[in-house]
Amino acid sequence: MDTDFANRRRRDLIVAFCLAAIAAVVPLFVKDVYVQNIMVLTLMYGALSQSWNILSGYCGQISLGHALYFGLGAYTTTILFTKFGVLPWFGMIGGGLISAVIAMALGYPCFRLRGHYFAIATIVIAEIALLLIQNWEWAGAALGITIPMSSDSWLKFQFARSKLPYFYFALGLVCVAWFVTWWLEDSKWGYWWRAVKDNPEAAESLGVVVFNSKMGAAAVSAFLTAVGGAFYAQFVSYIDPESVMGFHFSLLMALPAVLGGIGTLWGPMLGAVILIPVTELTRSFIGGSGRGVDLIVYGGLIIAISLARPQGLVSLFTPKRKEATR
Amino acid sequence: MGLLYGLIAVGLALIFGLMDVVNFAHGEFLMLAMYASFFLFAFFAIDPLLAAPLVAAALFVFGAVVYLLIVRFAVRAKANTGMVQIFSTFGLAIVMRGVAQFFFTPDYRSVTHPWLGGKTISIGGIFLPQPQLIGAAVAMAAFGGLYFFINRTDFGRALEATREDAGAVALVGIDKNRVFALGWGLGAALVGLAGAIMSIFFYIYPDVGASFALIAYVTVALGGFGSVFGAFAGGIIVGLVEATTALILPPSLKSVGIYAVYLLVVFVRPRGLFGSM
Repeated sequence: MDTDFANRRRRDLIVAFCLAAIAAVVPLFVKDVYVQNIMVLTLMYGALSQSWNILSGYCGQISLGHALYFGLGAYTTTILFTKFGVLPWFGMIGGGLISAVIAMALGYPCFRLRGHYFAIATIVIAEIALLLIQNWEWAGAALGITIPMSSDSWLKFQFARSKLPYFYFALGLVCVAWFVTWWLEDSKWGYWWRAVKDNPEAAESLGVVVFNSKMGAAAVSAFLTAVGGAFYAQFVSYIDPESVMGFHFSLLMALPAVLGGIGTLWGPMLGAVILIPVTELTRSFIGGSGRGVDLIVYGGLIIAISLARPQGLVSLFTPKRKEATR
Repeated sequence: MGLLYGLIAVGLALIFGLMDVVNFAHGEFLMLAMYASFFLFAFFAIDPLLAAPLVAAALFVFGAVVYLLIVRFAVRAKANTGMVQIFSTFGLAIVMRGVAQFFFTPDYRSVTHPWLGGKTISIGGIFLPQPQLIGAAVAMAAFGGLYFFINRTDFGRALEATREDAGAVALVGIDKNRVFALGWGLGAALVGLAGAIMSIFFYIYPDVGASFALIAYVTVALGGFGSVFGAFAGGIIVGLVEATTALILPPSLKSVGIYAVYLLVVFVRPRGLFGSM
């Protein structure tokens, strides 16, 4: 079984490498800006969902307030850049670190909570942050902040005409998030997390420090989410509290992982590849009427997938493998 | 206002708190009830106060149907039951908003000149708006009724037993789906009551439910899962805290107080005030 597992991991790595390579050449052939835009969003949601999956999927701590970290990332970069002239590259890392620290500070009291109490606490904390930012004049309040565009530059990571640099950055982010997950899956942390998810008491009795493993998962997850937020801010060059920190967004971030397969390596990416294009296409083709047909289709799709495949779409690909490992 | 939150939360307390099923479409149930009340008024000139029982009956049917068509399968899911419940009802919420936009348009609507609109009553020199007062009375009655219902009737006991152990209740001849469908119907009917009363003094639009739903979740969790009395107490606390916060902070921040109190309570007592789980 050990070799089976090692084989599987090696195969996962090879498949991921091939997929990334294929993805990297796609925009050279697909020049349509609209399609490229969808691809960037798909990659971004894939990365976000992958990060969310680390805390909520592997470690089992269902967070419905990840918009907090996304917003923190977006706001840190934007404020550092617009008010202090700090380049977004540093802002991204800074935002990530701030989010990780805040995730641990919040985790300290929150990880005592179980189940619904925990999930609602995460919602409530994100909501408090949202309200505070909406009322913080210096940080743009409810109107948000526009990032001034100058010229195309890698240094400032802004490009007015081409979507390609964003595409490659998002692709890189997905690869990093995927690789971190892949690597953690077989590390002692990965095993701890799954133990904590399945049975915290038993894990504790076997010497897993449950609290610390939750903190670790929260920090990694928050860091990656915040980098995603910083990227989003640069990508759309305008942020406002509701769009980067709203409750709705927390759910959107979790959705690809849930539909694709929660707590799995490929689930979040698979979910994003299916969900995001469908969302965007329905929005632009039938949402124009403003009469909500796109919402009906989109919501119906979510209901259908989540009921038909509770264990996630990724299970469609793995029935044989499951039996083999048993 | 606190009892009003309590009234919205009581339906959720039944579904979320007692049956332990997550319903992310609770706010949309409320929205639907408000529209139902609005149209009864607009087409048949039935005052929201009289329409309340009709709306509640309609929502009862709707709630039971939603359970049988969607939630039944979500509860039965073998893997990730919690997430499936969250996202199937979240999907439902999106669909309901879409349907509302499609048929009712995103315009803001309000019930014009209901009997009680804008009327106030003076008790010991304090002027209280009548619709809110009625809402408070209905909320108290609803809580009392639910408390009696859960603790004193066979159906209430069956409901709690089903949540505890569906397999065991099947052995003594209780059909889980029937009990839960009735529970959902009842929960939805209570929201219907809340919606009809709120249509007297709130604007009605497709997204109206969202802001109330979040506070309703907090109310139920604050009081503690598994306790009707907890949800009632939670509603009163939430109302008082909101009113107090509004005195100190700008109105746009009034919810911050509610959320902060929730965090304080669960940090000290991780199962809510009166929770049994």
